[in-house]
Amino acid sequence: MARRDERMSEEEEETEAESMSESESESQSGGEKSKGGLDYIMSLPDVPMKLPPHVELQRTRVLCNADAPNHTDTIQYSGAFASVGVDNSFRLDHFRDKFRVEVIRYSDEDMEFDMIGVDPALANAFRRILISEVPTMAIEKVLIANNTSAIQDEVLAHRLGLIPISVDPRLFEYADGNPLNERNSIVFKLHVRCERKKHLRRTVKASDLKWLPNGSELLESENSNSSSSSKPKTYTEFTCPQDSLPEFSDNPIGFKGKLGDIIIAKLGPGEEIELEVHAVKGIGKTHAKWSPVATAWYRMLPEVVLLEEVEDEVAENLKSKCPVGVFDIEDVANGKKRLTVSQPRACTLCRECIREGEEWEKRVSLRRVKDHFIFTVESAGALPPDVLFTEAVKILETKCESVISDLS
Amino acid sequence: MEHGSNSDNSKSSFSLVDEDHTLANAVRFTLNQDPRVSFSGYSIPHPSENRVNIRVQTTGAPAQEVLKDACQDLMMMCQHVRSTLDKAVADYKMRNQRDADSD
Repeated sequence: MARRDERMSEEEEETEAESMSESESESQSGGEKSKGGLDYIMSLPDVPMKLPPHVELQRTRVLCNADAPNHTDTIQYSGAFASVGVDNSFRLDHFRDKFRVEVIRYSDEDMEFDMIGVDPALANAFRRILISEVPTMAIEKVLIANNTSAIQDEVLAHRLGLIPISVDPRLFEYADGNPLNERNSIVFKLHVRCERKKHLRRTVKASDLKWLPNGSELLESENSNSSSSSKPKTYTEFTCPQDSLPEFSDNPIGFKGKLGDIIIAKLGPGEEIELEVHAVKGIGKTHAKWSPVATAWYRMLPEVVLLEEVEDEVAENLKSKCPVGVFDIEDVANGKKRLTVSQPRACTLCRECIREGEEWEKRVSLRRVKDHFIFTVESAGALPPDVLFTEAVKILETKCESVISDLS
Repeated sequence: MEHGSNSDNSKSSFSLVDEDHTLANAVRFTLNQDPRVSFSGYSIPHPSENRVNIRVQTTGAPAQEVLKDACQDLMMMCQHVRSTLDKAVADYKMRNQRDADSD
């Protein structure tokens, strides 16, 4: 039996070596020979292919002890396990074999998925890009014609800026200081008044913002009527109305559904707000209003392991200790009760179950799986969460590409 | 921008502008997993300067090529992540559609 296992691992090594030479022959023709040599050595029958179990546990799990978490780092160095004959270098084919994505929950607003077989360095890069580098459209300029409400101009402008705009930012260009046109901006106007006698109060909501597909309606300099031979100059230079563009003709821009219910201000009798806003494309690094996600975060998969059989009173005790209901009790033969781990995913690692002394730590081990990430992405409304994530991954790719082209 | 020695190209520092932990940490990860690398690390010299320095020392191969390969590896990983995610989401949507239809 042992003999057969060795043969199998030999065969695996060979196929790996072949696929390596195919995929990397262009980039690493120099390193090919030495790697081939390593493959030969690794295929010898008395070389261990696997780490001893206690090292494997340290490599793949964070141990959450009562005092502090242990083995929190990931081992990245390619030669970390060279002394025990285990290769820790990166192989794209290994990554492809191990990497998995499982969608847990999905809607237009948020999604939760498991990303398995990836290093925190990469998962964190995706998270950081989602929050601060995926572009969206947001209100950047507010031109206030009249504001007699209780809310100050600058506070009003700030509130307007934070309203998410549900429009695909990929259809727009960055303005970058250029004059605003139909390709790089969206213009809205807001004109509301709380009529005396008719209403006691009026709530101004995002749905009161009206899209101006022809651009700004405000004149840039009102007293320069001397050169009024051509069109009067406004704050934007639209060459054609936005609603004539194919992408917006049957899909007008506006604040629909939940986004329309966002409260901007409240007016008392006789108060009025009249303003125009210009939305442009930007990224969350510049200002959080451009962040496409309400938030995006991940946690490592919790793992709860019972190190010994826990029965009867101790089982009841342990079950009642857990505030999130990780444990369950099952009845076994002759009236005995046994503890099982039914909801390990719910574990928040509060460590309540191992807090009361060492005997509890001997019963339960709390761990986290280092390469299993539970990602949650909440979209602010511009794009569905899965599209946001793919955009984030694309941005990381462009970063790599630009480094490569800079160096060549 | 690369800072290295004229005679020995196996050790270099690379200074990348407008980048931060996002790229540097991910590249450091792929660099460290390359068997040709003997040392790699990154630093951000000053928080208000948009710049990272990546240090690469190899066992002989040109540091620049090794860094390029690391970026290449990272790109391939990203492409795989993207295609896997797209497929997983499509599968999930299809499964839910079928469940909704059968109800």
